[in-house]
Amino acid sequence: MRIKIEPRRQVSRTLQYLTPPLSMVGTVIAAFVLFAGMGYDPGRALYDLFVAPLLTVQGLSELALKASPLVMIGVGLAAGFRANVWNIGAEGQLVMGAIAGGGVALAFYGQEGVWILPLMCLAGILGGLAWGAIPAFLKTRFEVSEILVSLMLTYVAELFLSLLVLGPWKDPEGMNFPQSRMFSDSALLPMLVEGTRMHAGILVSLAIALIAWVVMTRSIIGFEIRTVGSAPAAARYAGFSRSKVIWLTMLAGGGLAGLAGVFEVAGPIGQIIPKITPGYGFTAIIVAFLGRLHPLGILAAGVVMALSYIGADNAQVDMGLPNAATGLVQAMLLFFLLASDFLVRYRLRLVRPHPVRREEVLA
Amino acid sequence: MTLSILVPLLVSVITAATPLLLAALGELVVERAGVLNLGLEGMMLVGAICAFATMSLTGNPVLGMLAGAGAGAAMAGLFGVLVLTLASNQVATGLALTLFGIGLSALIGTGFVGHPIPVLPKLAVPGLSGLPVVGPLLFSHDALVYFSIAATAGVGWFLKHSRAGLILRGVGEADSSAHSIGHDVIRIRYCAVLFGGAMAGLGGAYLSLAYTPMWVEGMTAGRGWIALALVVFAAWRPWRALAGAYLFGGVAVLQLYLQGSGLVVVPTQVLAMLPYIATILVLTLISSGSMRSRLSAPACLGKPFRPVG
Repeated sequence: MRIKIEPRRQVSRTLQYLTPPLSMVGTVIAAFVLFAGMGYDPGRALYDLFVAPLLTVQGLSELALKASPLVMIGVGLAAGFRANVWNIGAEGQLVMGAIAGGGVALAFYGQEGVWILPLMCLAGILGGLAWGAIPAFLKTRFEVSEILVSLMLTYVAELFLSLLVLGPWKDPEGMNFPQSRMFSDSALLPMLVEGTRMHAGILVSLAIALIAWVVMTRSIIGFEIRTVGSAPAAARYAGFSRSKVIWLTMLAGGGLAGLAGVFEVAGPIGQIIPKITPGYGFTAIIVAFLGRLHPLGILAAGVVMALSYIGADNAQVDMGLPNAATGLVQAMLLFFLLASDFLVRYRLRLVRPHPVRREEVLA
Repeated sequence: MTLSILVPLLVSVITAATPLLLAALGELVVERAGVLNLGLEGMMLVGAICAFATMSLTGNPVLGMLAGAGAGAAMAGLFGVLVLTLASNQVATGLALTLFGIGLSALIGTGFVGHPIPVLPKLAVPGLSGLPVVGPLLFSHDALVYFSIAATAGVGWFLKHSRAGLILRGVGEADSSAHSIGHDVIRIRYCAVLFGGAMAGLGGAYLSLAYTPMWVEGMTAGRGWIALALVVFAAWRPWRALAGAYLFGGVAVLQLYLQGSGLVVVPTQVLAMLPYIATILVLTLISSGSMRSRLSAPACLGKPFRPVG
């Protein structure tokens, strides 16, 4: 008896939807071992990470707040990943969006008007879009790796942000702190529930996930994106343009990340500071995979990853668990997911070695 | 510019280039075998902290370097299991490895922030290091600088002139053909991936032991990604990787020099952007210059392989 690995004729749908929860179970077990190994009470750490935030209204509202950018960015990235376009610079696109949108807020500082917020959103989208357009252009025109370019641009964006916050955009009355003025009321997102930090952007990200679902599954564009990724030769034969898909997905990813950036500065932050995001742009990559690159899956995955962010703060306050441990747990989840993919595409079969028959050799 | 400024400047170019060169050489071999490991940044970070921690605890630089290489190889082993044994998507797995490395190194490093360690000792070549100009430039570096040059020559010889190197290239160019004439594609790729991890770990070790002897979270600052770009720039050839690494080391040092000199009235952040922008420009020039560079990419790069039967 030996185990034979053979490719499945068709990917297993059941397993495809079962692997994300399975990976989460695997991650929890691995995290348990990790925390115990580090000398922390693993049960308490896991409770702090994954259960405690769900028990309070405050925790739940923060969950929505943090899931919102992850979902918005994740949906955009997933469209690209489906087409084999690897935009990993969403972090930088988010920062550029925040800069562009926040710039509008500062430009109209002290003024009032319902037009300010939409203008900020537009500027933010354009900021992220522009940052996504650079790798798209270089990829379609010169075949430069979008992976490297989008990532390099993230470093450039962060330095640009630091330049602005330490220089021209520093609050003149801010006692030299590296941060901008607080935005005026017209430049802040309306709150959904008094007493929490839940803002209108959360509804927008929900809507975006739903729209993306319709576009990806019901429209020609969605079909083109999926075909270019899964069957490039067929896509070429059908006359689908690869360049168009690269442009579309990079711009969608960049624009959505940019909008997420505006929502951060116009929502929970309320000004421009040197660190706008705790790595949302990178975590969104995990969110996209955990959600199986499906907009509705990403919605659920965004909530799970947001939970780990809030839980991390919880566990740090409660038992001094370093924040880095969360990053590790998040990455482990992605590993488990990628590993379990194997089961989706291959199956293990126990085979009995049998003597080779003459006919088989001749055939 | 006088020699008294130029020589230390060039020495610092070599120092800045060495971690890039080490990591790029490893990745070059990995990619020649047909595997794309985007986890360079993560492997470098884990190599950096493990080397630093070992150095800090034992005070032994050799153990420190070995720990860096070992940690990088261990990370690469994890990558290998996923990509080679489980045939997972190489791009996604590489990204996961980087995210994992960022988290793991930060976690290990929490106890080591602000620890002082002795800097990696310089090994002066007796007699030659006393020479003016060439002495400090060529003959008074630490062990890893010499090693990086030797490794360039070694990898060059291995790929071009050794039988094993020929097989490795064959695996990267035509995996199924190599498989059908009896070479164990997966095993060869494992060896390449582990070598790449060890080299990336050494590159990280160089950063935390010699370049800036301390531990800072995320201290590689994108060098792993720049090393990946270097491999493309080098058209998968070791000596060109060396040239590229020194070019990028030069940009990094120039940037630091200009920041410190006060000669230019450009904000420091703009100067700090230079290495990243230079990477993008160089990649663009290489890719647009001719089709040649693209054709020299190993044919099976990034494609998963599973032996049938």
